[in-house]
Amino acid sequence: MSFLEYAPAPESTGLLNLRENYGHFIGGEFVDGSGESFASISPSTEKHIATFAAGTDEDVNRAVVAARKAYDSVWSKLSGADRGKYLFRIARLIQERARELAVAETLDNGKPIKETRDADIPLAAAWFFYYAGWADKLDYAGMGANPRALGVAGQIIPWNFPLLMLAWKIAPALAAGNTVVLKPAETTPLTAMLFAEICQQADLPAGVVNIVTGAGATGRAIVEHPDINKIAFTGSTAVGRGIARTLAGTGKKLTLELGGKGANIVFDDAPIDQAVEGIISGIFFNQGQVCCAGSRLLVQENVHDEVVDRLKTRLGTLRLGDPLDKNTDIGAINSKVQLERITALVAKGEAEGGERWSAACEIPEKGFWFAPTLFTGVQTSNTVARDEIFGPVLSILTFRTPAEAIAKANNTPYGLSAGIWSDKGSRILAVADKLRAGVIWANTFNKFDPASPFGGYKESGYGREGGIQGLSAYLEGGVR
Amino acid sequence: MSRLAVPKTYKLFIGGKFPRSESGRVYEILSTKGDFVANAALASRKDLRDSVVAARSALSSWSGATAYNRGQVLYRIAEVLEGRRAQFIEEIVSVEGATAAAAAKQVDDAIDLWVWYAGWADKYTQVAGNANPVSGPYFNLSVPEPTGVVAVIAPQASGSLLGLVSVIAPVLAGANTVVAVPRFDAPLTAISFAEVLATSDVPSGVVNIITGKPAELAPWFASHADVNALDLAGAGDLDWVDLQIAAAETLMRVLPPVEGVPAASLARITAFTETKTVWHTKSLI
Repeated sequence: MSFLEYAPAPESTGLLNLRENYGHFIGGEFVDGSGESFASISPSTEKHIATFAAGTDEDVNRAVVAARKAYDSVWSKLSGADRGKYLFRIARLIQERARELAVAETLDNGKPIKETRDADIPLAAAWFFYYAGWADKLDYAGMGANPRALGVAGQIIPWNFPLLMLAWKIAPALAAGNTVVLKPAETTPLTAMLFAEICQQADLPAGVVNIVTGAGATGRAIVEHPDINKIAFTGSTAVGRGIARTLAGTGKKLTLELGGKGANIVFDDAPIDQAVEGIISGIFFNQGQVCCAGSRLLVQENVHDEVVDRLKTRLGTLRLGDPLDKNTDIGAINSKVQLERITALVAKGEAEGGERWSAACEIPEKGFWFAPTLFTGVQTSNTVARDEIFGPVLSILTFRTPAEAIAKANNTPYGLSAGIWSDKGSRILAVADKLRAGVIWANTFNKFDPASPFGGYKESGYGREGGIQGLSAYLEGGVR
Repeated sequence: MSRLAVPKTYKLFIGGKFPRSESGRVYEILSTKGDFVANAALASRKDLRDSVVAARSALSSWSGATAYNRGQVLYRIAEVLEGRRAQFIEEIVSVEGATAAAAAKQVDDAIDLWVWYAGWADKYTQVAGNANPVSGPYFNLSVPEPTGVVAVIAPQASGSLLGLVSVIAPVLAGANTVVAVPRFDAPLTAISFAEVLATSDVPSGVVNIITGKPAELAPWFASHADVNALDLAGAGDLDWVDLQIAAAETLMRVLPPVEGVPAASLARITAFTETKTVWHTKSLI
């Protein structure tokens, strides 16, 4: 064993107490679905985890009826202080069961345990803790006195941060006084079901949180349900467009967190060591399956070679493998479908003349894997510079002046995130002003916090999650 | 002997200039008694697209101006409008059939609305923005920024001047640029108002006004990839749901129709803003 080699240190899955079959969570109970079922597998081993119900229109309707009843009879009559206490309870229960949730999330999603343990799960708990405190302070949400809840919220979340996205959706909705019907992604329903157990442990009134599992058809049933007052969706821009069309004319409030093609701008005076770490966390965190990933590196021409060399050296030290191993940096791609998409886009990048470099890693036999990959010599018109790849693939472009960096960064229909690396504060402020993106990280990347609003410009969607803005997305009215 | 009057040619207002419609089309404006008053330009798709180009070109300098400066420019609009009260009252009486008193009230309300929104120009950022106490060594700030180019359909059945001002003013206060379609059957005040804008320190292209049929023009806005937001305030009689569906293609921000004249509100300003959140790293000392 040489330096930088480690003995395997996997987290035990022994602390999980999973069922073989999960139904939906409706009206405070686990209930059987009325349709087919599907299996969730571990993307790192392709081993079966458990079976879940594919929600039908009928299942969704049952969940909406339960949510409406809970809204009318219990939740809307409860004081804000009591709603907050339930949310505080949930935050604490997530903290207590943090390790179990981290293991379950890694098993189901394929991301490294160090990410679920240090980011996903603690942030999910923090989200509930933050919004718990808002529940009895809605008069200060910026909408005037006595703002009202919307009613029943339908929420559809993606597979890249399963429990964290659930928290982003459910915590503000409940704090504002709504009840919810939530659909987790079909490849990652496990932690949502563990969250349902947490709702039971917290003694949350039946029907306040309802979880219906399934794929696109289940999501469509939620979007089209006439008795839902608000839709919140995180996912692809294509699906988001469809939802916006469906809701046209209904007057329902809509929050869309969609795709991105974030620019990470590195000026020549940047602290290069930190920038290299930030570039790597920007695009290889969660295997790049992050809507706000810094997937376009814009590096000032005179430091291009140095930055690329250092990136390659650093990527060479990353460990790809068993996501449950505490020393793993790069886990599995979430699904076969996603792996095929990444593979196809990378092939296109090569065909269009980009120069590909992939880290030399041993790819496990089973499961879905993609080695960290860089493209140099990328033109702004190349597919890998325009399309969201949602994988561990970084496209590197160069610039000479701040104005060129800004123009290239903004040259996308998306507008979710951007990064700026420079030692000069005045330049950071000036560049940040000009970037058309909802979240900008200066000398850091991929930082999230419940107090910090998150969401996009342009085709990255509308509405914000997190902070006071994320609360008002679930409120209406208010007297100024 | 009475003097023979010199009537005005009513044209479009695009990029700070007053062109005729490139289509060469006009339509008759009649008084409430049915008498001919003027020919108004009937804007085409090309005029609309030119207006969007003008609005896009003006965006960077307008949104980059200081908030204090924008507030002063909006206030200046009120000043110049005040000086031309009589002209607007006359146009409103002639085309809308309002009494002189009602017309005067409409003009006064429009002037006062500019003053109100002018005052917001350097304040809404403080009210709608916030510093966020994140867990970590970061200075984290959220600010509302302009959405960009906003297309508006002005109220079609309310006072023509007040209706137009009530949809344009909040868009400008939020540092956006605008292309507006005024009330179709009473467009005179809109073009006279464009003359006010042209003499009020409003930079060219910040406001563009194209007289024409909302039903013809609105779909071109909804499908225009360089329009960032669409205010359907006066589109209640159109197939506005279809417009909203078309606008979904680019995730354009859409405000639904309202009854009458939209009430003055901060929400009308923030509806055309995007929250930008910046995380600044603090060094560890």
